[in-house]
Amino acid sequence: MQADQTNHFRRFALIWAVATAILTPIVIFVFGPGLPPGNGTVESAGQVSDNTVLLALSTPVALGVLIFVGYCVWAFREPNPDGPVLDGPPITGNSSVQMWWLIVTTTLVLFLATFGSVRLLQDGAGGGQGPNPLSTPAGKALQVQVIAQQWEFTYRYPGYGGIETPHLVIPANTLVEFHVTSLDVVHSFWAYQLGVKADANPGLDNIAYVTTKSPMTFEVHCAELCGVWHGYMFDSGRVVSKASFATWIKGAEKTYGPAVKYLPPYSKTYFPSPVGRGG
Amino acid sequence: MTATANTSSAPSPTKRRGPFGFNLLTAVILGVAGYWIAYALGGLIHGASIDSFDDTGQNDVQILLGYTGGVIGFLAGLGFLNYPIRRMLGYPPNFPAHEHTEPGLGKYFRLSTDHKVISMQYLIGIGIFFFIGGLNAMLIRTELLSPTTHVFGANQYLTIVGMHGSLMMGMMTSGVLGPFANWLVPLMIGSRRMAFPRIEALTFWLLMAAGVVLITTIFFGGFQTGWTGYEPLSDQGTAGYDAYIGFFALVSISMCLLGLNLAVTIVTMRAPGMTWSRLPIFVWSVLATCMLMVLAAPMLTATLLMGAMDRTMNSGFFVPGMGGSAFLWENLFWVFGHPEVYVLAIPGFGIVLELMPVFCRKPLWGYRLAVAGMMGVALFSFFVWQHHLFVSGMDADLRPFYMLSTEIISLPTGFTFLCVMGTLWRGRIRLTVPMLFCLAWVFNFLFGGISGVFVSDVPSDVTTHGSFFVMAHFHYTIMGGLVFSFFAAIYYWGPKMTGYKFSERLGKIHFWTMFIAFNSTFAPLFAVGFMGMPRRVITYPLSLKGLNDWVSISAFCLGLSLLFFLFIGVKALVFDREPTEDNPWHSKSYEWQLPTPIPANDFDAIPTFSGDPYPYGEVPATASPGAGPATAGVV
Repeated sequence: MQADQTNHFRRFALIWAVATAILTPIVIFVFGPGLPPGNGTVESAGQVSDNTVLLALSTPVALGVLIFVGYCVWAFREPNPDGPVLDGPPITGNSSVQMWWLIVTTTLVLFLATFGSVRLLQDGAGGGQGPNPLSTPAGKALQVQVIAQQWEFTYRYPGYGGIETPHLVIPANTLVEFHVTSLDVVHSFWAYQLGVKADANPGLDNIAYVTTKSPMTFEVHCAELCGVWHGYMFDSGRVVSKASFATWIKGAEKTYGPAVKYLPPYSKTYFPSPVGRGG
Repeated sequence: MTATANTSSAPSPTKRRGPFGFNLLTAVILGVAGYWIAYALGGLIHGASIDSFDDTGQNDVQILLGYTGGVIGFLAGLGFLNYPIRRMLGYPPNFPAHEHTEPGLGKYFRLSTDHKVISMQYLIGIGIFFFIGGLNAMLIRTELLSPTTHVFGANQYLTIVGMHGSLMMGMMTSGVLGPFANWLVPLMIGSRRMAFPRIEALTFWLLMAAGVVLITTIFFGGFQTGWTGYEPLSDQGTAGYDAYIGFFALVSISMCLLGLNLAVTIVTMRAPGMTWSRLPIFVWSVLATCMLMVLAAPMLTATLLMGAMDRTMNSGFFVPGMGGSAFLWENLFWVFGHPEVYVLAIPGFGIVLELMPVFCRKPLWGYRLAVAGMMGVALFSFFVWQHHLFVSGMDADLRPFYMLSTEIISLPTGFTFLCVMGTLWRGRIRLTVPMLFCLAWVFNFLFGGISGVFVSDVPSDVTTHGSFFVMAHFHYTIMGGLVFSFFAAIYYWGPKMTGYKFSERLGKIHFWTMFIAFNSTFAPLFAVGFMGMPRRVITYPLSLKGLNDWVSISAFCLGLSLLFFLFIGVKALVFDREPTEDNPWHSKSYEWQLPTPIPANDFDAIPTFSGDPYPYGEVPATASPGAGPATAGVV
């Protein structure tokens, strides 16, 4: 009996070890580079490597449970289901197995939480951090205000006369500081390829950082249900070279500059009036 | 609860009741009358201040009062007020004697205080709303077949999405506890009834009233907020949002009362010898769920009351322009909302752990660990709610804490997995339909749990939050966890509850179609979310059309598979009507030692329990159908 048990466990462990040895490298080197949201910015590349680590750690765990259950169903299946009902051995527990399980899972969880916290505290990982950011990347940042309203995003550049543009253009290789706010309900500014997501709340300045790399285009979606046309609240933006940005912003200042005097003065938040019904 | 409470099981003379009296028909009539009376009263107190807030011609005071009046009328029509009014006027109480021995189906349409009747009411009532919710899901997937061609208007679509979410998250909180815990707990702990039978009935009828209230939203223009009802968007909502408030308010009251009732029953009404360490593991899962229900549901009631006051009295709790905060709603809602998702998950743990020993023919492996796991999940679930708000703009300092607490909750969840795996090890596994559903639970919940690690990790959550990834994640845990274990329970206890056999062959067809269609529906949604599709959108990039079509077609197959289950149930209960044997699974649990169908008063004498709840393998297998209770003596 005892010898048979060891045998089963050894077979399970062997299958698991082989499967893990094959699949984990595949996950890391084949799936890993394809994981979202791409390597367009420092933050999104950080998220890709974060996702890769999580997936690489999940693989052995998932394989362990699946192979164990599959092995049990295959090896311990009642050989004669229509015959008399026979009972298995009365094993009610095994304290050393329980202890090892607890040690292994606790180690994994503590590692994951530490790893995630360290990654998060480096630069905020592109997430909205509220008005008092916990982690601010070093360097001089280009400030861009993202104003959400039903159902569009507009962008103000306080460093360039507070002009407000309908599309987002930011320079490459630059630290950008997004100030996300809303004029009506809760929205969420999700620049997918930038790896940025920050809720837009009325009366609140939600700050998120991103460090761009090379020029590219990116999608902007609203990621928080904000009313009837939520599904249509998307846009695309561009990361352009520093030189093109200088040209573009000069043109934008000329185009949108005259409108600034009709806008409310630039502010971290715009306090909305009580909302009306029927939106 | 003494032996003198026994009554003979000889059929007492029953009189047939006519259509008039206190029953569902009266309840509906009085409910409609109550709605219009309260609606008219609401019109009288319609103040000028409300006008200023309202440009749709709809009066929220009238509608919310109407719902209140309607529910009171509905409950009065069922006869809930008879007892308190009689007592207040000094008459002796009149308990309907032997209401449950009454032949025919009439008892299911009336206020019944028999836990077995209420369970069947729950099963059918919740089933109806589950199918309405499922139909909503089919409509959502129909709309998402194409990014450009629309079947529904944007407002209609969001109403369907919101109704699907609300029905599933609201009604299914009692999806296992209503039908199964109400039926099983008194039998398993040997108590013959619940601690508060009238409250038990009240929880069911409140839930039905809630479902109807939610569906009336379509007469008032629907609601656009989804099931989370975020302010201040909801403050813009038309009167359709009042239905949302009414629905969740009733659901939260029903949840709280159900939890209280079950918890009191389990704590105080266990039979002699039913010590805490002999409690069947399902009862432990019910107790853990009840803790969550009793502590979390009142939070929702209070939150909705504040929401209702914002709409009717301009109190401005959640309106930023009036000194309120949208974060207040988000926090209060998720303080309730996260324990609530474990209200959905933990009964599934209990069912799987309860069934594993029966079909592995082994004692439950690590009983204490399993109890610790479920209690641990229940406890930790109160400390994780801000993981819904990682990028919300709330102060960022606590994000590492919530990341840690969220990941720690996977430890007690892991205990459940270990206990399942330990029970499987070296068992004599019988792959019956309930067992297949339990194994599917392991598979689905594993992926639900692992995807949860991605959402709990803040850097990864920046991408996945608010996307279809999250949606796939919680459908794996709730649909893959709760609904699969729910079907395991139906196939397992269904014969005992109804007295009729369910076809094993058709059950296997149902299982395989449902399992494959479920995974084929939700696994691609992880990819869709990873590729940047937000939730609750009516349109999406053309590049995602292929995946979305695949998901939609799989979802239709899933819907057909669930319809096929309906067919199995109707065939077994209406057409075949083949009586089942007393203990078809050769289970050693106490409820299976009772005759089928369970007698009206459960057992003639209160049993005494001794020994383990899962005595498999300890004595030579002598399970013989119809034999006396194996684990219970008689006082």
